[in-house]
Amino acid sequence: MIEFMLPSLGSDMEEGKLLEWNIAPGDAVRRGQVVAVVDTSKAAVDVESWLEGTVFELLVEPGETVPVGTALATFLEAGETPETAQRHRTPEKAQPAVAVSTPSSPPVAPSPPAVAPGAIGRHPSSPAARRRAGELGIDIDTLVGTGPDGAVTLQDVERTGLPAAPAAAVDKHAEMRKAIGAAMSRSKREIPHYYLSESVPMRKTLDWLTAANAQRGISDRLLAAVLQLKAVALALKEYPNLNGMFVAGAFRPSPAIHVGVAISLRQGGLIAPAIHDVTDKTVEQLMRDLTDLVARARAGSLRSSEMSAPTVTVTNLGDQGVEAVYGVIYPPQVALVGFGKIATRPWVEDGAVVAMPAVTASLAADHRVSDGHYGALFLAAVRERLHQPEQL
Amino acid sequence: MDRQALRDTVIAKLTAIAPEVDGDQLVPDLPLREQVDLDSMDWLNFLIGLHEKLAIEIPEADYAQLRTLDNLLDYLAARLP
Repeated sequence: MIEFMLPSLGSDMEEGKLLEWNIAPGDAVRRGQVVAVVDTSKAAVDVESWLEGTVFELLVEPGETVPVGTALATFLEAGETPETAQRHRTPEKAQPAVAVSTPSSPPVAPSPPAVAPGAIGRHPSSPAARRRAGELGIDIDTLVGTGPDGAVTLQDVERTGLPAAPAAAVDKHAEMRKAIGAAMSRSKREIPHYYLSESVPMRKTLDWLTAANAQRGISDRLLAAVLQLKAVALALKEYPNLNGMFVAGAFRPSPAIHVGVAISLRQGGLIAPAIHDVTDKTVEQLMRDLTDLVARARAGSLRSSEMSAPTVTVTNLGDQGVEAVYGVIYPPQVALVGFGKIATRPWVEDGAVVAMPAVTASLAADHRVSDGHYGALFLAAVRERLHQPEQL
Repeated sequence: MDRQALRDTVIAKLTAIAPEVDGDQLVPDLPLREQVDLDSMDWLNFLIGLHEKLAIEIPEADYAQLRTLDNLLDYLAARLP
């Protein structure tokens, strides 16, 4: 029997609320299938299973909030039958085991101190109920329980604490702020950042882009941001020490290049889901992927593989008009590449000052893994790639 | 299509991208992208929306003519089928 655990959907996630199950006991599950929808502080995420099997038991109910690594369900492996499989211990006691696939998950918030459950409140109550009461700001001792031995259940809390919709929206915003704060604090605490920047003349790139877009219908037009994404990914192929994850005291380079794209949300906040295998895609495909990703990020509908996959992040604040951005690395990644505004600047070319469209490309990188010299060579490679737009 | 109907269409496409925008608050002769937070992806999607609704091609070379809401309405009105 195998356990399907709540995956970490980004280093700023400590827990998730199960919104719905898409599977039921007895269903066959194949790799990559969306089995549940989980609400993080940032978005409702379609969670894919990377296990195969037949659903045996669902251990967590919709509405419950549980820490990353909690077993959500059990699956029977090939050859097992319900008779040969042992029923899972009560889900309330399941300790948040750290999922093997996400050794990078941040430390789970400490559980309540080891005192007898009865000592916590006058009434017994389930952990899910206590958590939810905490979220809603309800004193759980004031509630009448309808569970076994008068225990206060999640349903009891929900019944009492139905928050008004606007309050929920405010909560959501505050939660996201907190999640971003936690991830960025961890980054600044743990990662010795170094920063570099490089001015990249963009005339060749933009001339190519203008000519390419003039041939295309409006729905097929490309943005400069897509050329930048591809250039970064191709340069990372030559500089693998900037692409991967720093986990358990060691750097693990990633053979695949999954670029997290920082997307600002209209209601405030930020999310950085991945475009997978950027080096293998044409700029046309990347444009379609980026358009789709931005639309789904803003609609709050992302897939778990997009949330947990990024091996590096690119942020483009140029559209907001700033000249350069020096990013904070999203742990456990080891680098973040930033682009500012493409603006016309005085530029010296062949001994004369000319007007040149240029962009400041920046790198924030992890000094545990690479040094400034290496980072400088990487930025030079990005510049060279952008100078050959036809090869992107 | 009269100008008011055209304006309504433009505002509908704009709020599809930027739901927080109040069409009545837009100043028609100030740069649109300074009043509404539209990045280059939003701007492209806005124009694609107008293209799909009005069947007007908007070449990239014409973007510079589309600074204000009035500019945009003039541009579209001149090209309506």
